[in-house]
Amino acid sequence: MRFHGRGGQGVVTSADVLAVAAFKEGFYTLSFPTFGAEKRGTPVASFLRVSDRPVVLRDEIYEPDYVVILDPTVMESVNVVSGLKKGGFVVANYPREKELEEKLGVKVFAINATKLAMEHLGRPITNTVMVGAFAGLTGLVKLETLRDTILEWFSKKGEEIAKKNADLVETAYKIMEERRNEAKELGLKLPELVLQK
Amino acid sequence: MMKVVRGFYAVAYSVKLCRPDVICAYPITPQSEIVENIAQMYANGELGNCEYITAESEFGAASILVGASAAGARTYTATCSQGLILMSEVLWNAAGMRLPIVLTIANRSLSAPLSIWNDHQDSMAMRDAGIIQMYVENNQEVHDMMPQAFKIAENHKVLLPMMVCMDGYKLTHAYEPVDLLSQELVDEFLPPYDPPVKMTTKEPYTFGSYATPASYMEFRVAVYNAMERARKVIEDVYKEWAEISGRDWGGNIVAENCEDADVCVMAMGSLVGLVREVVKELRDEGKKVGFIKIRTFRPFPADEIAKAVDNAEKVIVFERSLSMGSDAPVTLDVKSAIHKKAIDVYSPVVGLGGRDVPQNLVKSIIEEVMENKVEPGTYFRGLKDYEEVIV
Repeated sequence: MRFHGRGGQGVVTSADVLAVAAFKEGFYTLSFPTFGAEKRGTPVASFLRVSDRPVVLRDEIYEPDYVVILDPTVMESVNVVSGLKKGGFVVANYPREKELEEKLGVKVFAINATKLAMEHLGRPITNTVMVGAFAGLTGLVKLETLRDTILEWFSKKGEEIAKKNADLVETAYKIMEERRNEAKELGLKLPELVLQK
Repeated sequence: MMKVVRGFYAVAYSVKLCRPDVICAYPITPQSEIVENIAQMYANGELGNCEYITAESEFGAASILVGASAAGARTYTATCSQGLILMSEVLWNAAGMRLPIVLTIANRSLSAPLSIWNDHQDSMAMRDAGIIQMYVENNQEVHDMMPQAFKIAENHKVLLPMMVCMDGYKLTHAYEPVDLLSQELVDEFLPPYDPPVKMTTKEPYTFGSYATPASYMEFRVAVYNAMERARKVIEDVYKEWAEISGRDWGGNIVAENCEDADVCVMAMGSLVGLVREVVKELRDEGKKVGFIKIRTFRPFPADEIAKAVDNAEKVIVFERSLSMGSDAPVTLDVKSAIHKKAIDVYSPVVGLGGRDVPQNLVKSIIEEVMENKVEPGTYFRGLKDYEEVIV
């Protein structure tokens, strides 16, 4: 999986949270960021590999099964669908799904993450929405596992922020869970991997 | 306990279990979070009687540790890149004074131009200092290496500083499952540091004093001999670790499928997993290719390598640094190790300054050697079209 966004939006955290949560579900995981992601606002990518055996590849992901886009403006300067595998899809923070699908020429599942984040957090930090959306759509991680992981992850920032993020993840998870069959029909690796378990 | 943690934490947690007496560090990307994690443990009171000292620079940090180690303390620091070469004057002294300071190096390139990204140039610049160097392939290995590093460095037959080298970002910033060690296991494996000589105010000694031509050479030969003795000590410690932890990382090198291989491929650090995977793939295609992971770089495992490549016609050494005006550092040692054999050595230099080394690039590099499409020697792969202005 490849995550795209801008520095400061939690692109790195998205992959890392999913790495921790998917491991709890019994998968081997490895996540890492594009490097030098210290600057706010610059395009950032991070990578996540999930497998039923230990992950040994540490190169960047050139042919992702899935792409998650946290910030639609990043598409102006980065070819976000580069190398996307046949049958792969994009989960994007975008208000109009069909429009984006036509623009990118690949299957898109869109969610208005910025709007949801503003409602729940009062800030346009979209990582938790997108993590919830991706997990809900694919079933990679169960909702309780993801909630627990988020509560743990954000515990340093205080109980209130942790709970707000957990609720936000749940909202996004449930929205996308309804479309899981649609994702499964694409015949992708990840649902297969989950079904095997 | 298996847990998904970041590379920084895998190091910091392991260092904590080694019960160091003095830690002194200065932050530098991509190392900083190692010592930040340790500083947090210190602030939480998890480090027992350990002194955590912040310094004004890497030069200061290393100097403080020289004093602490001479006074008999178990000492630790982490650094990389410009920070490591700023330490270098002090670290050469530490080796000469026979002080077993343990360091984690979060490998990063050297300026100029300024780059915060990964290659092996920084630790290679310290090659001749009398510091033991080993390279890890993942965060479990670095976690397991920290107790072993103290045990090797502090062995009375050795008493030299030791660097555990982990690739910056590729390992430091990666989240992956690590089986975290228990205090009981580390306590059983690693006894407290027992220095043969230590400085106290009641029993003062001089360390690293002025040596005229009448005595300098003997001191330097003693360092050389200690590094030679380290070979056996390292091997023994690696073996003991495998027994006590149940995780066998192998010896100074790990050779796989080399017995019948025409081509042996060598790599060091975080590239190991990927290169091993590509070699396996080529094996499955029926190609006679073997793989060698180099773990210990100083002392260099020349005999082990010569033995492993005995039946090969070609050797490929993936290089992550340069020695301007000569072959790249690992190649130099490999060539020296096999100088009596008629083996061609290929030295593709890849991934300088953090440039990614994709799987298909590694595969094409090995294939072009097998298909005689490239001459032996040093060459660069993953290079862009560019024009040099100063020619």
